[in-house]
Amino acid sequence: MSSRRILAHPGLVVGLTATAGFALLALVSLFWTPYPIGEVSIARRFALPSAEHWLGTDQLGRDMLSLVMSGTLTSFTVGSMAVVIGVGIGVPLGLAAAIYGGLVEWLVLRFSDLTFAFPAVVIAILIATLMGPGASNAIIAIGIFNVPVFAQVARGGTLTVSTLDFVGAARLAGLSRIGIAWRHLLPNIMSLIIVQGTIQLSLGILAEAGLSYIGLGTQPPETSLGLMLRDAQSLFLIHPSLSLVPGLAIVIIVIALNIAGDGLRDVLDPRLRSRRRADAAR
Amino acid sequence: MRVTKSIALASAGLLLATSLAAAQSTEIRIGVPLEPPALDPTAGAAEAIDVVVYQNVFEGLTRIDENGAVQPGLASSWTISDDGLTYRFSLNQGVTFHDGTSFEAEDVKFTFDRILAEDSVNAQKALYSSIADVSVIDPATVEFTLSQPDELFLFNIGRGDAVIVAPESADNNASMPIGTGPFAFLQWDRGSRVILEQYGPYWGEKPALTKASYVFIGDTGAMTNALLAGDIDGTYNFAAEALPIFESNPQFQVLVGTTEGETILSTNNAKPPFDQLEVRQAMAHAINRDEIVEGATYGFGVPIGSHFAPHHPYYLDLTGTYPFDPERARELLAEAGFPDGFSATLKLPPVAYARLSGQIIASEFAQVGIDLELINMEWAPWLEDVFANKDFDLTIISHVAPFDIGIYANPDYYFGYDNPQVQALNEELNATTDEARRKELAQELQTIIAQDAVNGFLFELAQTGVWNAKLEGMWKNAPVEGVVLRDIRWVE
Repeated sequence: MSSRRILAHPGLVVGLTATAGFALLALVSLFWTPYPIGEVSIARRFALPSAEHWLGTDQLGRDMLSLVMSGTLTSFTVGSMAVVIGVGIGVPLGLAAAIYGGLVEWLVLRFSDLTFAFPAVVIAILIATLMGPGASNAIIAIGIFNVPVFAQVARGGTLTVSTLDFVGAARLAGLSRIGIAWRHLLPNIMSLIIVQGTIQLSLGILAEAGLSYIGLGTQPPETSLGLMLRDAQSLFLIHPSLSLVPGLAIVIIVIALNIAGDGLRDVLDPRLRSRRRADAAR
Repeated sequence: MRVTKSIALASAGLLLATSLAAAQSTEIRIGVPLEPPALDPTAGAAEAIDVVVYQNVFEGLTRIDENGAVQPGLASSWTISDDGLTYRFSLNQGVTFHDGTSFEAEDVKFTFDRILAEDSVNAQKALYSSIADVSVIDPATVEFTLSQPDELFLFNIGRGDAVIVAPESADNNASMPIGTGPFAFLQWDRGSRVILEQYGPYWGEKPALTKASYVFIGDTGAMTNALLAGDIDGTYNFAAEALPIFESNPQFQVLVGTTEGETILSTNNAKPPFDQLEVRQAMAHAINRDEIVEGATYGFGVPIGSHFAPHHPYYLDLTGTYPFDPERARELLAEAGFPDGFSATLKLPPVAYARLSGQIIASEFAQVGIDLELINMEWAPWLEDVFANKDFDLTIISHVAPFDIGIYANPDYYFGYDNPQVQALNEELNATTDEARRKELAQELQTIIAQDAVNGFLFELAQTGVWNAKLEGMWKNAPVEGVVLRDIRWVE
């Protein structure tokens, strides 16, 4: 993928830049935040944005910018770990379904149907209730929902690619089914998986915020954007900025990831672009 | 024609409006944060039970009023023997339970025998341990004999734990409470509300309200919306952080009163390093009480320096015993053998005052080198771990029982404080009837536990009720647990 093709796509540039910006903020919070996260100062609580506190302070006088940085890190970590689970389990399942067919395919598809039959958040609530709240369980809950998504994407992509001549050639050359999957199929569906990955990342960040908001995700003293929203909820009518800051952060991150995902799809796989136009026309 | 029609419509609307106003004028819907597990106040510790039924469905021999004073209840009068050991109560006549059975001295004896029985599940059984015998003199007279004088006896029998129940219905009170109060239980929609209805044949003065619903709303944001939307008419103790919304709104009144809740940083005195006085003193010096009161209660709490309610006549201001002094705290820690501080856990129950205080204290302790790990818990595991199994370093909790300094004389209590001097003083206090001497003893007790820095003494919880501005007669203070409907009425 050449840089010219990326630059030619303004949506992708905006999306990737914003995502990278937030990711950078999140990573920096590992080493440095403007103020320590746990530093409470009642005297300066509910401060409006100022030179000292760019985003103001919360109900305990903690610096909102520091909290957003650290919260974004949690959100990204949970979202991307869930994507890793989804890719790690879902892609092999999808590949297996496509190349073996038969019972394997039936099992993978029914498992996907079963998971899709429940809304993602319901599954997440179920898991968090069974195993107790916490960031790691949120990762598992969201990750489980990601598995069938990636399985289906991998299976669909593989079925398309399998019909191409070079795969037949490889088979004639005596390559085993696993060898074909590894050498020829996987590289050709990689772009699909990357695109789906960005979309699932944004969904995962939303899901983490939702779980934390209802108290089943990240637990204090760790913080996440959803947890900040939860803490700010009862103060919404008096100090709306406490809700607006984490809320807007979530919105911007999710939009940025979606734009980036759309752009990546256009750039990585031009064939999909025409298909998408066809979808839009329908 | 069109004109007539619109007039007819308008008057229909007017009729509707009037009938709505009339219907509303004798009904109330009260928001309650916690749903009670059952409705029998003599068989459970949950405050949520008393909130619904105390003095509404059930009544005791005596009645605690808004200011914590003892008033006649089902007993119209009583005489006390000179040695303070025999109480003879005259009972009100013509009192019936909500199932129609009559209230007599036998019911009183049944109630207290049930509280004191071996297999009793009463949450405050210890409060009634001074009762040696209850005897029925005649259907309208009952006599209590105590094993030792008990100054709090008349108060304690007025609590929700000692309301009078009937042998015919007592076993079903958990789901179908039958008492003698002005309101009878109508229905309980689990997860949603409990509805009470005025009891027609009530023996005393009839309340203004005919119907009361207790609506369970656990979430502060949802409660705020329910109040603003008029879905509920008030709530007895609302989150302090949300009060500014209602203080400036003329449709609401905010009532700020006192409670009996001493909020403390409860310390496991039996567990190292907290068994060292210097460590506890260091923690006391590390606590910035003003910051906690402001941060956790938005200034509504009252700072305390010992385990005693500031509005009580025996109160002694001991907030200056260990003033906020991080420097001194570090010195004391070094003397105790912790020049670099130490790590501990702070287990927090799911209440806003505890969660907020916890974060503030963790930040304050960090400045003197004490590294606290905050562990947020739900009620059931908290009660199990901390209260029952004493498996904790530190916790934050409000002790809401009135005049409960006696818990410091119980070495088996969860914070594990064992001081024979305190135990002796408390025993003497319980047996003393002379007012001046009692005050002296109570103040001596307060001073000792303050100096021993048994727990981190933070603040007395305030009660902050939010009610529709057209309501009156709500209790401002909470001397006992309960939301008493008796005097509440709508005024135009």
